[in-house]
Amino acid sequence: MVPFAEFEMPVQYAGILKEHDAVRHRAGLFDLSHMGQFWLMGDEVAPWADTLTINAVGTMKPMQARYNIFCNEAGGALDDTIFYRLENRWLLVVNAANAEKMWELLDRRRPAGVSLENGLGRGALIAIQGPRSVEMLQPHVDVDLASLRYYFCAEGRAYGVPAVIARTGYTGEDGFELFVDGADASLVWNALLRDHRGDGLEPCGLGARDVLRLEAGMPLYGHELTETITPVQAGLAWALKFEKPEFTGKAALKAQLEADIYPRIVGLVMEGRAPAREGYAVWLGDRVVGSVRSGSIAPSVGNKNIATALLAPEAAAGGTRLAVEIRGAKHEAAVVPLPFYKRPK
Amino acid sequence: MAVPGDLLYSKDHEWVKLDGDAATIGITDYAQNALGDIVYVEVPKVGTTIAQFANIGVIESVKAVSDLFTPISGEVVEINGTLDNDPAAVNRDPYGEGWLLKVRLSNVGETKNLLSAADYEKIAAD
Repeated sequence: MVPFAEFEMPVQYAGILKEHDAVRHRAGLFDLSHMGQFWLMGDEVAPWADTLTINAVGTMKPMQARYNIFCNEAGGALDDTIFYRLENRWLLVVNAANAEKMWELLDRRRPAGVSLENGLGRGALIAIQGPRSVEMLQPHVDVDLASLRYYFCAEGRAYGVPAVIARTGYTGEDGFELFVDGADASLVWNALLRDHRGDGLEPCGLGARDVLRLEAGMPLYGHELTETITPVQAGLAWALKFEKPEFTGKAALKAQLEADIYPRIVGLVMEGRAPAREGYAVWLGDRVVGSVRSGSIAPSVGNKNIATALLAPEAAAGGTRLAVEIRGAKHEAAVVPLPFYKRPK
Repeated sequence: MAVPGDLLYSKDHEWVKLDGDAATIGITDYAQNALGDIVYVEVPKVGTTIAQFANIGVIESVKAVSDLFTPISGEVVEINGTLDNDPAAVNRDPYGEGWLLKVRLSNVGETKNLLSAADYEKIAAD
């Protein structure tokens, strides 16, 4: 167990590689109750949220989920989040490390016609992720999972307790996230393990989650996305909706994208066995062109060592041969497209 | 937690097996379990001279880089090349196929600075 944003979090249960294997081939169970859950209510939520975020909120359909990023005026990311549009309210899930900052921002900017409720310490989040998630979860919920589309959600029950069931996740696999009351969380967690551990369901910690998301090319706040690494730099321009009349950071992000001279996040595959780690310098020829932001061995990428790095644009083209400096020695690497891993269809 | 009786140990969780002036070095069962899945081992090249308790390399798990210390001084005469492709051998068999390196001892008297299995077991149990 390690302290993480004032929660005690398991880095691993049976071991990161075993947990990773379960998610890629069967299913894994994650306790994500540390993530911030904010409830937003009122007719003005969507137009207001659209002024604070880069992606569109107002165009979301009922029961839809959407990835979105809050930026500062300079375009730096304050947090990356998911909005869930429920029947009469919105659920906003924020990173644990940013929950206090985000709550202060929302509370300060809250207009008349919007009310906010902070679910910190009350709402729990349990995720089941992996190719067998549907078959393991379906017998215990009153929602037809086969007809629940990716990035949509439903309000129902899991093991008899109220749950928002969303087809979302952070592993690159099919799966579901269950928002339940904290008082019901251990019931759902224990029941799923009791009923499906024999089918290969494994409890998974933060360690496996980080490897899974890195393989799937998903950013982790604080690594690929920070208050000084913008969504444009992180390769998330697809989420930018410049057709919105205004939102915080719009002018800066537009200018950055058009100038196209910014350092950017790329994927690296190492040639050798030495893992690249956060902070290691990246060289192009005889000069440093950036540094590693995340790195790990990647069981789903042929057990190679993969990494993300923030690199000068002239070093960022696919196929560029680089070197990562590891304990004073240069180790060869190549720029590859993200994601490293896509699940088989 | 396995702690074979015929080995000597360091407080840094390395073991050493003596055979005359030759010594085989590895990490203990306790250490491999604490590190988790080991994915990379980096030790000095053959011919390098290493000093007792010095940092001589790294052992990396999926999440962390840990320093490796030598329990004994000497010249490196062999390294376990199979760990390049199978670092998990250190997890599977830390006292056998997961050995790290062999050295020719420069000072056999240094073994007095090491722990017996019984004394090491007390440290690892804390």
